[in-house]
Amino acid sequence: MKPFTTLTALPAPLLLDNIDTDTIIPSREMKSTGKTGLADGLFAPWRYRTPGGRDPDPDFVLNRPDHADAQILLGGGNFGCGSSREHAVWALAEYGIRAIIAPGFAPIFASNCTRNGIVPVTLDRATIEEIAASHAPVTIDLAAQTVRQEGGACWPFDIGAEAKAMLLEGLDAIDLTLKNRAEIAAFQQADRASRPWIYLGDIGQ
Amino acid sequence: MDHIVDTRPGRGDRTLMPGGQAFITETRSAAREAGITLFDVTDPDQGIVHVISPELGIVLPGCTLIAPDSHSCTQGAFGALAWGIGSSEAEHAMATGTLRMVRPRTMRVRFTGMPGPGVTPKDMILTLIARYGAGGGKGYAVEFTGEAIDALDMEGRMTLCNMATEFSAMTGMIAPDEKTFQWLRGRRYAPRGAMLERALADWRTLASDPGARFDSEVEIDAAAIEPMVSWGTSPEHSVGISGQVPDDPPERPIRYMGVQPGQKLAGIPIDAAFIGSCTNGRLSDLRRAAALLKGRHVAPGVRALAVPGSMAVRRAAEAEGLDAIFTDAGFEWRMSGCSMCFYAGGESFPAGSRVISSTNRNFEGRQGPAIRTHIASPETVAASAIAGHIADPRELAQ
Repeated sequence: MKPFTTLTALPAPLLLDNIDTDTIIPSREMKSTGKTGLADGLFAPWRYRTPGGRDPDPDFVLNRPDHADAQILLGGGNFGCGSSREHAVWALAEYGIRAIIAPGFAPIFASNCTRNGIVPVTLDRATIEEIAASHAPVTIDLAAQTVRQEGGACWPFDIGAEAKAMLLEGLDAIDLTLKNRAEIAAFQQADRASRPWIYLGDIGQ
Repeated sequence: MDHIVDTRPGRGDRTLMPGGQAFITETRSAAREAGITLFDVTDPDQGIVHVISPELGIVLPGCTLIAPDSHSCTQGAFGALAWGIGSSEAEHAMATGTLRMVRPRTMRVRFTGMPGPGVTPKDMILTLIARYGAGGGKGYAVEFTGEAIDALDMEGRMTLCNMATEFSAMTGMIAPDEKTFQWLRGRRYAPRGAMLERALADWRTLASDPGARFDSEVEIDAAAIEPMVSWGTSPEHSVGISGQVPDDPPERPIRYMGVQPGQKLAGIPIDAAFIGSCTNGRLSDLRRAAALLKGRHVAPGVRALAVPGSMAVRRAAEAEGLDAIFTDAGFEWRMSGCSMCFYAGGESFPAGSRVISSTNRNFEGRQGPAIRTHIASPETVAASAIAGHIADPRELAQ
């Protein structure tokens, strides 16, 4: 996973609440069993004029020339709600999005982001509207947990310590967990002794 | 084998969804290679995962259960900690037997009083979401309690917990009780004999203590709940069936849905009706819808489908003659699967159709391009299919 330290870019505003993962990547755009080839389908229902088509809708933010290479999105509340499909995050990452700033994220989506090098930045709604209105680049500094604008404001944000560490260093969660292999095995052994019925094959006669 | 499978009778691996067949065959060979039990397309136990897992006794009180599908919280109805994850987390769980997570905060949602006739668990959960928002449960594991919950059967509890994810909660759960234990008795993967007695002693300790403190508490008067129906493109855009679109709604949802501010929901003409899904595709759902459909017929021009949540549900429904009631009423009677709850390039309704649906999501395009989805209980779907417009099931029942 690509580490994230700092990023300066013009954020693309998509200030709607409850943007769901069906909209971020519709099922019909998930054509293979792999993680790639999804960027084309990103926001397909809004980005293209017709369903399944590829004729860009000029009104959609990512089709505007100044946002064509967007790396940061500004979103509304409960961003990424709905289906748990990680394809939504894979599509965003493949398109080049590295961070999303929103008043709140759906939990599965936020977790998928941190597994794929995208920083979910939570700021309050008024600040996000202010950033959108300024039409100026912002710098996200993950180590400092700040979003700032040149010569202007600086807004701190919260992110879980583990998510932060994984994003900063591009760590693989499985590698991290397997360092606790012995503790996991010990837990499972004890749990199996006290609750055998939880484990397949130990349900009794 | 639920999202992708075809639900038309006589199905095999072929599906109308682009890439669907490759997904099915790759999943099958990967499962075989890894020695993982697969409830395959033609398996008598095939069905929607959140329906078949309880049917087979795979979910148990106190177990930790995950699946890469957001509606995994359905199984919190059994006093399990059950929630949806992404693919990377599924890989992590399979590789390590664990997940890394932050402990959620706790919320208790208490439904006081008893819901009136014709009011279902679907209406209860939509009431919660409409009142506190689609993000209202964010960061919380929610326990549902109260006399209205105690009175629910297991299938109703599953419907309620199913939509905890639409509330943005990590999960919804209900303390296991005698109904839970009775449901699990004799199921294939559930403990039996002396092991069941041991398990029961453990399961009886799982309820929250009487004085338990929660980070957040919500109370809803179940007696005041009406059958609910959505007007917009989020489950939070829902009102009682006698209600109307808000006078000052957000602009995008009403434009997409083709409704007007202040418009009454009852009476809006529909093109199609869908009964099924992991929310409302179980036997009791089909029974209650069939009770309204018996001796009646869907309105002219309305396409209607009934899709059992599992093949076991389908067989049980057929044993009671429900299939005949559905088909006599003008419904298609399908094999089990997720079917038209979502659109992946396969079957859909004509663009622009207005569909009343017993599913869980009314997002833009969820059921197909430009499809306008109103979510509601199976009863409300049945009543609306007969009327040809959104209708209150309580009027039909009288």
